[in-house]
Amino acid sequence: MDALATRIEEALAAIAGVDSLDALEAQRVALLGKSGFITEQLKQLGALPPEQRKARGAELNRARDRLAEAIAARRQMLEEAAFAQRLASERLDVTLPGRRGERGGIHPLTRTLERIAAIFARLGYQRADGPEIEDDWHNFEALNFPPHHPARAMHDTFYFGDGRLLRTHTSPVQVRAMQGRQPPIRIIAPGKVYRSDSDQTHSPMFHQIEGLLVDETSSFADLKGTLAEFIRAFFERDFEMRFRPSYFPFTEPSAEVDIRWDAADGSERWLEVLGCGMVHPNVLRNCGIDPERYTGFAFGLGIERFAMLRYGVGDLRAFFENDLRFLRQFA
Amino acid sequence: MKFSENWLRELVDVPADRAALVERLTMSGLEVESVSALGGGLDGVVVAEIVEARPHPDADRLRVCAVHVGQGAPLQIVCGAPNARPGLKAPLATIGARLPDGVAIRAARLRGVESQGMLCSAKELGLDADASGLLELPADAPVGTPLARYLGLPDASIELKLTPNRPDCLGMLGLAYDVAAQFGGAVRPPRIEPVASAADATRGIRLEAGADCPRYLGRVIAGIDPAAPTPLWMAERLRRAGLRPIAAVVDVTNYVMLELGQPLHAFDDDKLDGDIVVRRARPGETLTLLDGTEAKLDEGFLLIADEARPLALAGVMGGMASRVTGDTRNVFLESAHFAPPAIMGRARRLGLSSDAAHRFERGVDPELPRLALERATALLLSIAGGTAGPVCSAERAQDLPSRPSVRLRRARLTRVLGVAVADAEVARMLTALGMTVAADDDGWRVTPPSRRFDIEREEDLIEEVARVHGYARIPARLPAGAFALAPESEARLPEAALREQMAARGYQEAICYAFVGADLLRTWGLEDGAVALANPLSADLAVMRTSLLPGLVQALALNRNRQQARVRLFEIGRSFLAGNGAPLETARVAAVACGEAAAEQWGEPARASDFFDLKGDLQSLCALGGEPGAWRYDTEGLPAWLHPGRGARVLRDGRPVGHVGALHPRLAKALDLGGDVYAFEVELEALAQRRVPRAEPVSRFPMVRRDIAVELPEEVAWDTLEATVRRAVGAQLADLFVFDRYSGPGLGDGRKSVAMGLILQDRSRTLTDEDADRCVASAVAALERECRAKLRG
Repeated sequence: MDALATRIEEALAAIAGVDSLDALEAQRVALLGKSGFITEQLKQLGALPPEQRKARGAELNRARDRLAEAIAARRQMLEEAAFAQRLASERLDVTLPGRRGERGGIHPLTRTLERIAAIFARLGYQRADGPEIEDDWHNFEALNFPPHHPARAMHDTFYFGDGRLLRTHTSPVQVRAMQGRQPPIRIIAPGKVYRSDSDQTHSPMFHQIEGLLVDETSSFADLKGTLAEFIRAFFERDFEMRFRPSYFPFTEPSAEVDIRWDAADGSERWLEVLGCGMVHPNVLRNCGIDPERYTGFAFGLGIERFAMLRYGVGDLRAFFENDLRFLRQFA
Repeated sequence: MKFSENWLRELVDVPADRAALVERLTMSGLEVESVSALGGGLDGVVVAEIVEARPHPDADRLRVCAVHVGQGAPLQIVCGAPNARPGLKAPLATIGARLPDGVAIRAARLRGVESQGMLCSAKELGLDADASGLLELPADAPVGTPLARYLGLPDASIELKLTPNRPDCLGMLGLAYDVAAQFGGAVRPPRIEPVASAADATRGIRLEAGADCPRYLGRVIAGIDPAAPTPLWMAERLRRAGLRPIAAVVDVTNYVMLELGQPLHAFDDDKLDGDIVVRRARPGETLTLLDGTEAKLDEGFLLIADEARPLALAGVMGGMASRVTGDTRNVFLESAHFAPPAIMGRARRLGLSSDAAHRFERGVDPELPRLALERATALLLSIAGGTAGPVCSAERAQDLPSRPSVRLRRARLTRVLGVAVADAEVARMLTALGMTVAADDDGWRVTPPSRRFDIEREEDLIEEVARVHGYARIPARLPAGAFALAPESEARLPEAALREQMAARGYQEAICYAFVGADLLRTWGLEDGAVALANPLSADLAVMRTSLLPGLVQALALNRNRQQARVRLFEIGRSFLAGNGAPLETARVAAVACGEAAAEQWGEPARASDFFDLKGDLQSLCALGGEPGAWRYDTEGLPAWLHPGRGARVLRDGRPVGHVGALHPRLAKALDLGGDVYAFEVELEALAQRRVPRAEPVSRFPMVRRDIAVELPEEVAWDTLEATVRRAVGAQLADLFVFDRYSGPGLGDGRKSVAMGLILQDRSRTLTDEDADRCVASAVAALERECRAKLRG
């Protein structure tokens, strides 16, 4: 082996042993740089006799290419190693919690109310609203409760000094909705109602949803079908249901609706969930609607009762205590 | 209405067992509230007679009785009842009996004395709540007879939860008619014959109250035995109806009321002075009632009076002075018809309730008074003896309620129910309910019986048909009628979007009572215009809230007291203010926060919540409306509950709509909050307005950023600064933001420095450096001119 070949083999070994990009660059300059080994050798070609020059030139070019290739390969290797090291150094504990991931939540009564309203919206019922401080006419008289009628005794009413009262049910919204327009009417009116009664199973403030449909064809059969569909949509299951004759001054015929509820302990019982009936002709007349031409049905339900059944809440008072540990369960 | 099942079955055939009867009652609109089975567990309980009662040698309260049970030698029974006495007949539970409450009777030694059974109270036998002593049986009770057989057991007390439209079922006979219509059985009314007068004592009756009392009957019954015992059968029926047997006269009036539904009243005839006068009370008149109530009366009350004074509150309660006592030998029995409007609400006004008022205010059959009077007379004579005078009566025929016939159209019936009911079936059901039915071409003409106050119009008949036919037999289907799809207003943000945003920012929705304590509002300085309830449940639920915050902060405090250091709550609800006429109801969105800005965690330094956290949360709500520029904040007229330096008034389109800030430290201390609390409250209406977007093409040309730092007086608001720059630069200002603010050393007192970034862009060309410089120059000039600002070097 001649001196050049030896030198090249040494240089290739050195390149293979270089472990930093800087050292590799130094090697490159020393071998291939402007005053590097190969460049110097090429400069000396002119001093050779012409018959040797060509062979020597070709030899040097081969050597240069081999070196350049080796340096490039080594560089790529070193760069990849450095990148891998950087990636390793950037490693996080990705199992730690992220920032600001917490969320508040919607009150279970709101959640229930919105769910019920959304179901009826699919049947074309529009949201309607009315004041919580009502007058006697809207809360009672227009709904066919004469003054002092015993049916009023079923509503423990909060009064104000001027004779106004806190509405005892959402039914006055029926009156307000019908006064404003002519049939066909489909409304749903959720809201707060008040009764002066407070114990384990009664809250002085609670929530109801009132539904009302008035048109030229509605019947008790339509009422039954609507409520049966609603119960099925809300609870996402079929219940045995019964419509039981009852009495409300503003509907006739009137009914209470019971569902066959299977309690957690396996027992079964009838549970009252709704009051309803065909709108009383006096109420239609009081609202300027001709009861001969139009018929309608109305229903009312307690949102607390539905929320308790749906979510397994045992104590009505929990809804108004606003304990975060209770509320957070309904995020 | 509570009644004995056996009694009902005596009046009407019920081809059904107890469970089926109860189910049928409930499904016909007479809801059964409870059923108490009576007479179970009475095996081994017999009628016994105490023949001797000696003191117990070692116990003051106990007696050792010799008790005869009909055969064999008397048994020795130790008994603690105060009424255990020789000659008394009482139930004895013999050895081996197991009482309804599970107690097994065994031979026992009580304080060393052997007892071979147990003498029982009504409660121990599960018959009644009375545990005051032994159940006293009549003197003629046959000793040794099984008690159950003797008392007509087994039976059940059934309690109905009757709706106010069905007073006809407040008497056994009316109930029997309804049950008969349900089951198709026949009613067997009690035989009631007129009692011929055997004396001539009478009283004049004057009706002076018009339609309030169109019919009044009375009768003097003289020479009764006040001590006559009520017969067992009557006492048991009363007991099973929830009434305690007391004495013959009152028991007879109660019994007839239960049987027929007609309330009666008995006066001590010797205490009456002249004619009976039915009249309205005079202002200021008073009357002491049977229960001791001193009733202050006015013209709203109907009275039974004599010529000297008021005697009784008509249809509600008798008076103390004329009541029947243990010495009464001569009674005057009243059986009258009072119109519901004359009785409605009167008992409640006085804080009373009575069986009579309960019936009269709902309506009692006007044809009953004579029947009831004859029935009561016959019963009283048979129990307590005496002689009956003639029936005295007065009547205003024109004021008697009539039951005009009602039309029922076949087509209407079908339309309302949504199903056709066969003609024959309709006629059969209505007839079974006691109505007179005449069919014609398109329906029926129906005359209800006098007991059915609730049948006045076609719908009432439709309900009766539906009820007896069975609601279960009416099909269920979805309405077919057309409905219009109302436009969905996009310019209104749904409340749900606001709620969702608050929840997303870590707030939990709360629902607080709409009434709070007046004191609490005063503590907040929010008592002006508060509307007070006339009949609050308690002082802390006495006035309508004028703001959601006092209640919400209470909820926050409750959670803090339960170890929740970081609390975020919000509520959407109404506040109430007195107005001209109806109070003003304003829906508001409120939020409160305390504790760390973020839940404690590893990745960010802990920091307490501050003003800008809350304001940021509020702004995120405002942003939902798509018009952030419509909102302004200033410090004009801050309410007392806000920290004067850390509170702002919130304006939308220049209108004040709420506040945001820290609670005033004095308020926080008064409420014992123990830490900074931040809050905002804004009208829902302001937040719910939403801009419906109008799209514009985006600029294709590059943006240029220029920063300006100015020094200016502290009191110049960021809003003002922003508006000034926007106005000065005009359309080429694409965005403007503050990225630094400073006050303190190096600046003059009352001065601050603000650094802002301007993003400049044009729609039609690339901005040159000169363009950008011109924009900055006009901004600076305007700031110097309008905001007393100085450009910083």
